Amino acid sequence: MEKLKLITRGIVKDNPTFVLLLGMCPTLATTTSAVNGMAMGLATMCVLILSNVFISAVSKIIPDKVRIPSYIVIIATFVTVVQLVMQAYVPSLYKTLGLFIPLIVVNCIVLGRAEAFASKNSVIDSALDGIGIGLGFTIALTILGCVRELLGSGSFFGIKLIEGDGMLAFVLAPGAFIALGYLIVIFKKLTAKKA
Amino acid sequence: MARKSSFTNMVLVLTSICLICSAIMGFVYSVTAEPIRLAEVAEIDNAISAVVPEFDNAPSSEVTSIENEGRISEVYPAKMGEKIVGYAIKTTVSGFGGPMQIMVGFTSDGTIYNTSVISHSETPGLGNKVETKKSPFSAQFKGMDPKITKMSVKKDGGDIDAITASTISSRAYTKGVDNACKIFVKIQEQSQE
Repeated sequence: MEKLKLITRGIVKDNPTFVLLLGMCPTLATTTSAVNGMAMGLATMCVLILSNVFISAVSKIIPDKVRIPSYIVIIATFVTVVQLVMQAYVPSLYKTLGLFIPLIVVNCIVLGRAEAFASKNSVIDSALDGIGIGLGFTIALTILGCVRELLGSGSFFGIKLIEGDGMLAFVLAPGAFIALGYLIVIFKKLTAKKA
Repeated sequence: MARKSSFTNMVLVLTSICLICSAIMGFVYSVTAEPIRLAEVAEIDNAISAVVPEFDNAPSSEVTSIENEGRISEVYPAKMGEKIVGYAIKTTVSGFGGPMQIMVGFTSDGTIYNTSVISHSETPGLGNKVETKKSPFSAQFKGMDPKITKMSVKKDGGDIDAITASTISSRAYTKGVDNACKIFVKIQEQSQE
C-alpha cells in the first residue's frame, strides 16, 4: 500500500504540473497537440525513472559538496540517451519536439526529484517515485495537449473532428497559458473535495 | 546519507561519474548512429520521390552541390535507366521561425513537378500550412513553368497565392522555389556546355 501511494502521490497530490507548477517551459511549449504532449511527458518520464534509480543507487558515495554537479551529469547522460534513441527510432516525433528534448536536462522536476527524493530514499522507492511523478507529468501534458488541440485545431489525437481550423489562439503561446490556467482551476476543484 | 566532502573523494567521485556516464553515452551513440543515419537518408529519399517523376536510381547517392546567390543547394538527379527524368533540388531559406528546408522537383523539360517542405519551424496553425498535407499552398507550384511564372507572392506582384496571415512563410517558400528554379537553369547550362 505504501508503495502504491508513492505512485498515486505523483499523479494527484504532488502532480508536477497542476499542483507543484514545475517544469512549465516544456509544458507550455510542447503541448500544441495531444501526441506531442504525451511524447514529451513520456520522454521526461524515462529520464526521471532512470536518473532517480541511478542517483539513489550512488547517492551514498557522492560527497555532499559535489552532489549537484554529479546529479546534473547523470541526468544529462540519460537525456542524451533518450534523445539519441528517439532520433533513431521515432525521427518524426523527434523533429516536432526538437529542442525541447535536450532541454529536459534543465527541467526542474528531474533535478528536484533527485535532490528531494532519490538522494534520501531506496532504489525501489525512487523508481516508484519516478514512475508516479512521470505519469503525473505525462497525464497533465496529454490533457493540456488534448484541450489545446481540440480547441485550436478541432481534432483529437490527430483525428479531425470539424472542418476548418478552430480557435488558432489555443495552438499559439497565449492559448497555452489560458488552457493551463483553467485546467489548474478544475484540478484544484476536483481534488479539494476529496481532501 | 551523503559522505563528508574532502578534496580526494570529490575528485574521485566526480571523475568516476563522468567516466561511467561518457561510457554509457558512447555505447548508446554507437548503437544508434546507424539507425539515425538511415532515418535521415530515408527522409531525404521520401522527399525526393514525392517531388520527381518515377525513377529507378538512387538519387541520394548521386548528389551534387550547386551554389546560387550565396546559398548552397543539393541537387539529386532522378534517372530512369540512363535517361534523366528529373531533378530534385534541396534548398534552405529562412522562414518566419527559422530555417526552412524545401525540396523542389523538376521534370527534365524544366517545369516544376512538385514541391515539399522537409523541415521547418513555422508557427503551428499559420506558417506550418506550407506542409503539403496541411493546405493546398504547396500544390499550386505543380506544373508551373518557371520561365513564364513570376515566382513571388501576389502581394509582391508575383503569381503565387500566399497563405492567409502567413505572408512571411509563403514568401520564404516561394523564394526557395525561385532559388531552385535558378539552380535548375544553371544545371541546364552546365549540361549543354
